[in-house]
Amino acid sequence: MTENNWDSTQPIVSIKDVYKSFGALEVLKGLSLDVMKGEVICIIGPSGSGKSTLIRCVNGLNDINSGSITVEGQEVHDEKLDKLELRKKVGMVFQQYNLFPHKTALQNVMMAPVLVLKEPRAEVEQRARALIKKVRLEGKEDSYPGELSGGQQQRVAIARSLAMQPDVMLFDEVTAALDPETVKEVLVTIKELAQEGMTCILVTHEMGFARELADHIYFTDRGVIVEHGPPRTFFNDAKDPRTKEFLSQIL
Amino acid sequence: MGARISIPGINSEAATDLPVLLPFRGRPAGEAEDLRFSRWVGSVPPYYLLAALCAAALWPLVVSAQSNYTQAEAWDALWRWMPYLVTSGFALNLLISFLTMLIGTLAGVALGLWQISPKKWIRKVAWAITQAFRNSPWLVLLFIVMLAFPFQIEIGDTVIPIPDWVKAVVGLSLPIMANISEVVRGAIQSVPTGQWEAAESLAFSRGQTLWRIILPQCFKRMIPPWMNWYAILAMATPLVSLLGVEEIVTLSRQAMESEDNHPELLMPFYGFCLVIFFAYCYPIARLTISLEKRYAVKL
Repeated sequence: MTENNWDSTQPIVSIKDVYKSFGALEVLKGLSLDVMKGEVICIIGPSGSGKSTLIRCVNGLNDINSGSITVEGQEVHDEKLDKLELRKKVGMVFQQYNLFPHKTALQNVMMAPVLVLKEPRAEVEQRARALIKKVRLEGKEDSYPGELSGGQQQRVAIARSLAMQPDVMLFDEVTAALDPETVKEVLVTIKELAQEGMTCILVTHEMGFARELADHIYFTDRGVIVEHGPPRTFFNDAKDPRTKEFLSQIL
Repeated sequence: MGARISIPGINSEAATDLPVLLPFRGRPAGEAEDLRFSRWVGSVPPYYLLAALCAAALWPLVVSAQSNYTQAEAWDALWRWMPYLVTSGFALNLLISFLTMLIGTLAGVALGLWQISPKKWIRKVAWAITQAFRNSPWLVLLFIVMLAFPFQIEIGDTVIPIPDWVKAVVGLSLPIMANISEVVRGAIQSVPTGQWEAAESLAFSRGQTLWRIILPQCFKRMIPPWMNWYAILAMATPLVSLLGVEEIVTLSRQAMESEDNHPELLMPFYGFCLVIFFAYCYPIARLTISLEKRYAVKL
């Protein structure tokens, strides 16, 4: 393992010149971005522009062809990397929730800390109940995912990731599969997390949310970052024609 | 050769430049199509059994009226032999089917898991073994095992004989193993990949993901096809009579010989074999179908 002198004045996630292709299809063509601890960044862009692939590379679900991604100074795509160490630091929430359907909400939240981190069950249960309360699902502890709405399932999924006590949270279009009326409850949950200082990287189509909450917005198209900046300048003063076109379609 | 039917876009020039929807080809293992056997057996209404028995009883009366060995004597003979046929013959069929299913399932689960191994060469080898034994005639496999295996093993001074029926179990286990391997692979691959990804992002190891998350979800899906294969196997056990294993069909033949081979004996004795196998497999088939329906709703 590489020596780690990371401290919080350096980027917590650093992506440098990352290339990634699936066979002949080049998805990421030299992307770079830095995220500081406590920052909330939103990655937006048309579908197929590589946004999801990018954040899946951050926790090693996809590998990269070249470049470097570090989390707290540790290279993610290092052969010798302990994936467990990485995934303790980086939590991820998916578009399709991916809750384990044969486990209750509480069991979903408790499973990884108990089985992977080998933490004492009683301690984990206490934390899990607190997390379920935090995502406002008190009383749903013993419900199975099939009995919950999409928004409720997604909040359980957030609690499940938080149970691993990560330093960075990745959100991959977490509201894209939800009914409009349940989108808000999920966004409120993420907003509270962000306000507590959690480092969040979101791939999203929720422009209002991005404008309100993001510290920095990245616009990607065809595998490159076309434009980025703080929300105010990004939304009001976009320079690149592709960004302008995208924003005019979506706003 | 009949007239060649022209299907535009498939074997003749398409009439339009719109894409043509090609016929559906195949479906993954472990799915509904695999339960054909149980559907077929299970679809027989129970009263058909009675009708078949009546037919079996009446038919020889017509055929062999001229002989002085009466049909009643033939039924009498069956009645005398029946306890022996069941306790020595059919019991061995069941024993063979149980042991075969046990070995076939254990080996099949292992082979099925190798079929989804992250290592490419393990996957390839497991796939090749599965396909080889799935697509071989059972009888040929039985003959090979029968003739290739020694009839006894000598360890030092002790000689351990290997009875024929044990070799039959080994021979039948091979195709069962291969088919269970496909059931396992199909069931595992029917779980959405998102489950693997979610588990991976929560730092579960591959083994933990498989045993704690994936298999518990597809266990129920494997039960109906597994039972279906058991019913097929149970029906196939008389194959081993061709190799001289003293199961129900072999014993029936011997019994008829000792009763002087009267043709009147054929229907009662073989009819009894049919009935006993049907009576055994029918409830299994019905249960398989009902479980299939119940689990289909839940998923």
